[in-house]
Parts: sequence; structure tokens; C-alpha cells
Amino acid sequence: MQDKRFHSVRLDKDKCKACTNCLKRCPTEAIRVRGGRAHIIDERCIDCGECIRVCDYHAKFAQTDPLSSLEQFKYKIALPAPSLYGQFKHLISPSQVLDGLLAMGFDDVYEVANGADIVTRAIRERMRNAQPEDYPIISSACPAIVRLIRVRFPDLLSHIIDIRQPMEVAAMVAKKEFCKKHNVNPEDVGCFFITPCAAKMTAIRNPIGHETSAVDGAISMLEIYGVLASHIKKNHSDSKRATASSYGVGWANSGGEAAAVCPEHSMAVDGIENVIRVLEEIENNKLQDLVFFEGAACTGGCVGGPLTFENSYVARNAVQMLMNGCDITHPDDKVNDSYLGKYQLIAEKAILPNSVMRLDDDIVEAMRKMEQMEEIVRSLPGYDCGSCGSPTCRTFAEDIVRGFCNKMDCIHILKEQLKIMAQQMVELAKTTRE
Amino acid sequence: MSDKLFVDSYDVASGAFQTAGDASASIKRKLKQLGVDAVTLRRVAVASYEAELNLIIHSNGGNLIMEMSPDEVMLISKDVGPGIPDIGKALEEGYSTASEEARDLGFGAGMGLPNMKRNADHFDIVSEVGVGTTIRMGFAIKR
Ligand SMILES: Nc1ncnc2c1ncn2[C@@H]1O[C@H](COP(=O)(O)OP(=O)(O)OP(=O)(O)O)[C@@H](O)[C@H]1O
Ligand code: SF4
Ligand code: SF4
Ligand SMILES: [Mg+2]
Repeated sequence: MQDKRFHSVRLDKDKCKACTNCLKRCPTEAIRVRGGRAHIIDERCIDCGECIRVCDYHAKFAQTDPLSSLEQFKYKIALPAPSLYGQFKHLISPSQVLDGLLAMGFDDVYEVANGADIVTRAIRERMRNAQPEDYPIISSACPAIVRLIRVRFPDLLSHIIDIRQPMEVAAMVAKKEFCKKHNVNPEDVGCFFITPCAAKMTAIRNPIGHETSAVDGAISMLEIYGVLASHIKKNHSDSKRATASSYGVGWANSGGEAAAVCPEHSMAVDGIENVIRVLEEIENNKLQDLVFFEGAACTGGCVGGPLTFENSYVARNAVQMLMNGCDITHPDDKVNDSYLGKYQLIAEKAILPNSVMRLDDDIVEAMRKMEQMEEIVRSLPGYDCGSCGSPTCRTFAEDIVRGFCNKMDCIHILKEQLKIMAQQMVELAKTTRE
Repeated sequence: MSDKLFVDSYDVASGAFQTAGDASASIKRKLKQLGVDAVTLRRVAVASYEAELNLIIHSNGGNLIMEMSPDEVMLISKDVGPGIPDIGKALEEGYSTASEEARDLGFGAGMGLPNMKRNADHFDIVSEVGVGTTIRMGFAIKR
């Protein structure tokens, strides 16, 4: 199941038209267009899904588990992300979604929003022992942001809270309780996250912060949307199955986690470019009073995930309406102490930097390459046009230094070169005539 | 130990709030590509940002220069005036002559120079009124 090289975001090379649309949108400069199609540099990709959104030809896609993969397990538990609730209009309660999942054939459901309640409590406990240098504490909920920090902000890694994500906690609790209740073997039980994004899929197959994920697979929201919607349509009653607090459900929207964990001196930012801007400020110590930072790669938070069906603003509103009907007890009071001891809520592995941006592991060699790079940059036009297949002139220079392309791949340099050659031909013709 | 240097220089114009932070962002980016450790990186990030902003807010324009050797990052802020009349005072926490405009933008706490000094392993400031200010900061790289 586990695969250190796994990435959910992939390219369908037959659909790719080498249009370079995705090139500049990638926050880690992981895309190159070479040989008539895009390539994703795996070591750099953080599975944020930006390139899926911008590709007009649908050549970028997220690999998730097919519904048929449920069959590997005798018992199947659905773990709906709270953002799933926002995909349906006119719901009276999240319970309708849970009942719909059971009607689809799942043996049980456990709300990831309940996991979020437990995580909220755990983070708040953890924050009591925070030292001044730990501030601002950065949320670990969005795996794309955690990976972004590994690649682009290694100096902020120590700020990331070492508590597992709600989906992990939900899977641990759901499996344990199901096995106990039905007296079955854990190996026979599969927990499937209903995911709004590629990043969570990657977090399951290739986790950071812990060795293996407690989640067995991820089903895309888009894949089950149709079937689930038809089951929900048939059922208009509130079974009261849903138990998560309005705080836990609120994690679907940008700001929901911050509101639950740290209502004062916190900041929630959505959209990966905005998150990058604020991380730069944190890095410069500009946000002195900030205690907690929540960053979501997607606009609006997880409701804006690349695998969601509904427009993120509509979904955000739908979640807000449902929250009004949920239990308003804060997780501090709602979540029983026993959860904190019974489950491994703290991430057992430190999150290490991803050094893929380094020019060389040897600092002297890296300096030499940087010097070379600067020299190349000075000779480039600086248009950042992307026609060389690298996102900017700087990255093009970097690619040359790394040995992946050469200067003549720049059409402007090539044009200059051709002009010179044409000039030489003319002069040659003149001299031979004399 | 080689003392091979990598040098990088940025012009910083007086009052250039629009592009504030660009020079230090570029320096940070390069240090990450050069493989400077996280702790040193963060210290340079804070100091270079403060130095850049001081050039924008207080100086008549100048340069932010990064010189790197395998053991040390040097940051140099060099401007063409107006100079600091009382350096001792300028280095005090909370002392600021920032304009109304700068204060409206959230600057002027009088913490920039003290933060630069705190983050650097060595810190040296020379200033002459009517001529300019030069600040040199050294950061040892952990290996
Ligand atoms: N390059 C410079 N040229 C002239 N004066 C300077 C320069 N840098 C700092 N100063 C003077 O020193 C004072 C203190 O600088 P410092 O950076 O500590 O605080 P600040 O810039 O006023 O506020 P903050 O940095 O907290 O936004 C400034 O208010 C200014 O009077
Ligand atoms: S998923 Fe994100 S990081 Fe990966 S290639 Fe696409 S845009 Fe880049
Ligand atoms: S914001 Fe939510 S949906 Fe978007 S990438 Fe992060 S975890 Fe996934
Ligand atoms: Mg200052």
C-alpha cells in the first residue's frame, strides 16, 4: 500500500497539448514542458492540484482509489470529509449524507468532523506547553501546505503542530470501535476517506509525520457524487446519526480550524499563492502577535478542493448552514479525556526538509553553480515567457546548470543566433562575389 | 576552508514600498538553493528584511548586498544618506523616527536595528550624517 514515491497528481500525456498553461501556476516549479508535453518533477510536486484546475485539456488528473477497491475488505467504513456535506443543497443535517453512504453499501460511517473535534482538543492541550519560539504554530491539516513548507520554507518546519490530521484520527477511532462492537479482526476492516483533493490521497499512500496511514484508501468526491446524491434525494428525514460539533464540521471551510483551535490571535489564509505570501511574512518575523496559522491550498478551504463538485462559495455557505444545526459544545468539553490517552494522536516522526531546491549537496559546489546560473540569467531576455519549457528565465538557467537543457532552447537566444548566422552568410556571399 | 565568495547585490530605492521585501525574498530563495541550514536561513531572513525596510523608510536609497562564503553569510546595507546622528539611540529598542506614512503601514516600532543585531553573529554599523550608513552583519553557517 505504502509507496515513498507515490503522487496522486499525474499527467495523461495523450491529452497534454504542451500549452504551458500549468507551467507558471505550480508553486514549487515542478512542471516542465519538454518534447511536446508536460512533465512533473516528482520530488518537487506537493500534490496541491493547481495544475489540475488550470488545464483546459484535462490532461492533469488525481489518481484516487476506485470504488472497486472497497472489495478488498470484508467490512468497509466510510470516512466523509466535512467538505462532503457542502456538496449537497438543501440538506437539513449531515446525517443525510451519512445515511446515504450506508445506503451505498458501506458497513459503517465515521465523521472526519468527529476526528477534527478530537484533533482540536489535542492541539489545544499541546499548545499549553508551547515555547515562545514555537509561535506561530502552523496547522498540519492541509498536506499540500505541509509539503510546500518542506520544499520552500524549511526554516518554518519546526512551527508545524505535531498532531495527526483529523482523517487519521477518524480512521483509528472508527476501526477500533467497529472491531470492538462487532468482534471482528482489524485486517478485515477497510477505512476509506471520501476526499476533496489529491493531497490527502498522497498523504495516505506516502505519509509524512508517521510511518503508515491509518486510512486504507481514498475515494474521490467526484466519483461518488452521483450515486450518493441519488440516495440522499430519497431520504428527507434526520436520523440524528451525525454527532460532530459545529466546530468539527467547520473545518471544511477556511478559518474553521482556527476558530476551533485558537479563536484569538490566529489567522486563516486560503489559496496557495496567498499562503506563500503570508509564510514569507512569518519567515521575516513580521507577524509578531500571531499564535496560530491555518493555511489551506484551496480557495475557501477544503470545500474548494480539486475533487469537489460544488462551487466552493456555494459549498462554503451550505456548510455554514449545516453548522447552525449542529451541537455547539466546544471540543474542549465534548471530547472525552480518554481519547487523548487511548490513541496515538501525536505524530511520531519529525518532518524533515525536502532539499530538492538545493543546487548541490556540497555548499562550495552549490555556490559555483549559483554563480554560473547568475551569469546565464544575465544573458537571458527576462520575459519569463515559458516557451523554453521552464516556468521562468531563472528556472531555465537553473535547468541549464543542472544539465537538463541548453541555451538554444530559448527561442529568443536562438533567434539572435540565427540573425548573427544570417549576417555572416550575407557577408560571406559578399566576399565570394568580389 | 575555501573563502570563495558568492556576491549578490540589490538596489533599494527610497520610498519603494511597492516592492518592499523583494530583495530579501530573493536573498532567501538563493540561500535555500545554496543549501544554507534552516536556523541560519531564518536569522538572515529577519535581518535582511529589516535592513531592506530601513533603506526604504529611512535612507535616500542604497544597496543590500549578500556575500556568501562556505562558512558565513555576510549582509551589507549601504546607503547614500542621510546618516544616523546618534547610533547609540538608534540601536535602542523602541527608538524610531519613522514617518507617519511608514507608521500607517505598520513600521516604526523601533525594533529593526535591535533585531538585526540580535540575529547576527557580528554586527557593525558606521554612519556619517550627510554621507550615509553602512551596516555589516555576519552569520555563521552551521554545517
Ligand atoms: N539606513 C538608515 N539611514 C538613516 N537612519 C536610519 C537608517 N536605519 C535606521 N535609521 C534610524 O534608526 C532608527 C531605528 O531604526 P529601527 O529599524 O530600529 O526602527 P524603525 O525602522 O524606526 O522601526 P521598525 O524597524 O521597528 O519598523 C530609525 O527610526 C531611523 O531614525
Ligand atoms: S500538483 Fe501542484 S505541485 Fe504538483 S505539479 Fe501540479 S501544480 Fe505543481
Ligand atoms: S485545502 Fe483541503 S482540499 Fe485543498 S489541498 Fe488542502 S487539504 Fe486538500
Ligand atoms: Mg526598521
